[in-house]
Amino acid sequence: MKFPFPAGLALALATPLGTLAAPPTPSNPNDLQSLRLEIQAMRQDYEARIKALEQRLVAAERGAPAAAPMPVPHAAASDPVPPPMAVAAPAPVPMPTPPATTSAGANAFNPALSLILSGLYTGTTVSPANYSITGFQMPKASEAGPGARGFNLSESELGLSANIDPWWRGAANISLHGDDSVSVEEAFIQTTSLGNGLTLKAGRFLSGIGYLNAHHAHTWDFVDNPLAYQAMLGTQYRDDGLQIKWLSPTDQYVELGLELGAGRNFPGSDGDKNGAGMAALTVHSGGDVGDSHNWSAGISWLRNDASNQELGFVDTAGNLLGNAFTGNTQVTVVDGVWKWAPNGNATRTSFKLQGEYLRSTRSGVLGYDVAGANLSEAYSATQTGWYLQGVYQFLGQWRVGLRTEQLGPGTPDYGLNAALLAGTGFKPSKDSLMLDYNPSEFSRIRLQLAQDRSRENQTDSQVFLQYQMSLGAHGAHGY
Amino acid sequence: MKTTTKQKSLALMLVAPVLLLALPAHAALRVLACEPEWGALAQELGGELVEVSVATSALQDPHQIQAKPSLIARARSADLVVCTGAELEIGWLPILLQQSGNAKVQEGQPGNFAAANFVRKLDVPGQLDRAQGDVHAAGNPHIQTDPRNIALVATALGARLQQVDPSHAGQYAQRLADFSQRWQQAMARWTAQAAPLKGAAVVSQHKAFVYLYDWLGLKEVAVLEPKPGVEPTASHLQEVLQALKSTPAKMTLYSAYQDSKASDWLSRNAGVPAVKIAFTVGGTEAAQDLYGLFDDTVNRLLAAGAKR
Repeated sequence: MKFPFPAGLALALATPLGTLAAPPTPSNPNDLQSLRLEIQAMRQDYEARIKALEQRLVAAERGAPAAAPMPVPHAAASDPVPPPMAVAAPAPVPMPTPPATTSAGANAFNPALSLILSGLYTGTTVSPANYSITGFQMPKASEAGPGARGFNLSESELGLSANIDPWWRGAANISLHGDDSVSVEEAFIQTTSLGNGLTLKAGRFLSGIGYLNAHHAHTWDFVDNPLAYQAMLGTQYRDDGLQIKWLSPTDQYVELGLELGAGRNFPGSDGDKNGAGMAALTVHSGGDVGDSHNWSAGISWLRNDASNQELGFVDTAGNLLGNAFTGNTQVTVVDGVWKWAPNGNATRTSFKLQGEYLRSTRSGVLGYDVAGANLSEAYSATQTGWYLQGVYQFLGQWRVGLRTEQLGPGTPDYGLNAALLAGTGFKPSKDSLMLDYNPSEFSRIRLQLAQDRSRENQTDSQVFLQYQMSLGAHGAHGY
Repeated sequence: MKTTTKQKSLALMLVAPVLLLALPAHAALRVLACEPEWGALAQELGGELVEVSVATSALQDPHQIQAKPSLIARARSADLVVCTGAELEIGWLPILLQQSGNAKVQEGQPGNFAAANFVRKLDVPGQLDRAQGDVHAAGNPHIQTDPRNIALVATALGARLQQVDPSHAGQYAQRLADFSQRWQQAMARWTAQAAPLKGAAVVSQHKAFVYLYDWLGLKEVAVLEPKPGVEPTASHLQEVLQALKSTPAKMTLYSAYQDSKASDWLSRNAGVPAVKIAFTVGGTEAAQDLYGLFDDTVNRLLAAGAKR
């Protein structure tokens, strides 16, 4: 079957590409003409603005002394221009100018400032001291687990963001922790003008892997992150590095992301090298199904190097040991979210179904009990975890949520350390029930009950009572 | 050698239709409107020169939209984004623009049009404090309920279309002139029809109609939301009920996207009829375009006003 491919192909390609190639700005044949038109357009734009200003002036002049009880009806049909605005009598405001723009001086350029205040009461039937997830080697200084019992200041967060100039935007999130420590959660710059669907980010940022990873703690639907995130991503993966995202020009949302970073955080560790210790690839897609449903799904891959990474591990006798891992880790995350709201109006009722599956493969050398026995042996493990959660909003201000999750420890190969480290194949799991009340979009009070079976032979019944409030700049949240 | 060329050409033949699908020819200017009224206006002013897509529907609360994937994809390929501004879309539009990777539609660019910049805003708070509810620093953003504002925005949007698509500037200018003329005639008709409503006392469910009241001379005597964006409470409704005994109102207005429960309650308990206002294009059966929107609004107000 012969096909005159060069001609057909050229025709096929030329049509769309040709139209794309034409720049949107004044182009080819008569530049002078288009320049005239542009000037004409600008003039009309200014005329419109001046007209609006004049009307404001008229209104202000009339409004100030008059105290007219009724708006003045306006004139006849033959008016060639929009008639002057009627006086707004009951409005107590003399000047319609937005206050934000009138503030002069250096303060006018202050970045948008927001403060998240959060506090937590935690009750557990098993002491959270020496918390670990059975069968999982986690970093020693891990934030995993329910945290301290009793009243706590939970993560409060200060956020600053602004455009830097026409080409960059910057943002920083500073976390204030209950133990009087402060940490830089995020501090990055981001391009605003690359175009072609490209956005470049540099600095410290939450990685775009998975669905939940890039979400700040105050936007989570539960008090804590899923066990899979705690065990395999050090609760939430952030890094210092570069991220480039590209959005395809199709009607279907397809976003590709590439990240390179130092890889200092778990599952990586400081490698003291010039190259990147972390690389990540992300692909996300999403769309609508009718007016009431929309979805997002993605697959991500993260690779990290670790060298002498300190790990905490509870051995079969229940002792917390210090282990050290050198090698690499690959984490694959599959995520999916489905949202529903009647006619897409989530003001009163909505439902969100969300799930993720994580698979982590570590291979290298594990130094067992580095303080004591100190046996270094080959180590490889493939471990998995998933969670599934649903959150239902009702009566506008109330939400109830249920989350169920489980981890698979796999059968790690500890080499000659097997006798000391090998577990029983116990599968950690947890179920959580959440109820929250949101008096406004700036405040939330939440009750969460959980049955945590992440430690073998121990069922921890947990209760959390939390508030999360947002002050200052109105936050805009991602999907 | 021959085989590789063959393979290459085969691969190209396979790829060509995919490319055709992925990169459709877009002769028209792509406009993404945040709300239906601006989508309708862009269609009036752009005709076949524009391809309009609307981010929200009349049944959605424009304050509370999520930056969902389909919207990000549309922001990516838009040549012009037409929104209300005045912080109405503050919870979602910034994310949409950030994630779009589209330099043309960023704030400050010709491809970013905020309608509220071109009208005089009412309800500008003298003091900014969230104890007053979800207040907007720039003033009340629901500017589309006054047709005079539509006229002002049309002039500005017409000019903007000429700026971002200069090769068709003459056609845009012509369409703007046509529209303005028809709109002035229509406004005169509505203003005359609604004259009997002047001075009528009304109740609002949400402070969404200040521009409508300003236009028609209606007097807002109560609001069912205790603070903007805060759901009506039983105690506040009782207060409104008491207040209405001394200053009776002719009707309660609520937008199509709102739950009418509070308005219906007042209707039962105070005999004040609840009137559903389309609020934007598509909010009611009759409000299929900008003309239909105001025809329907005026008709509904007159019908309710005649009841008492």
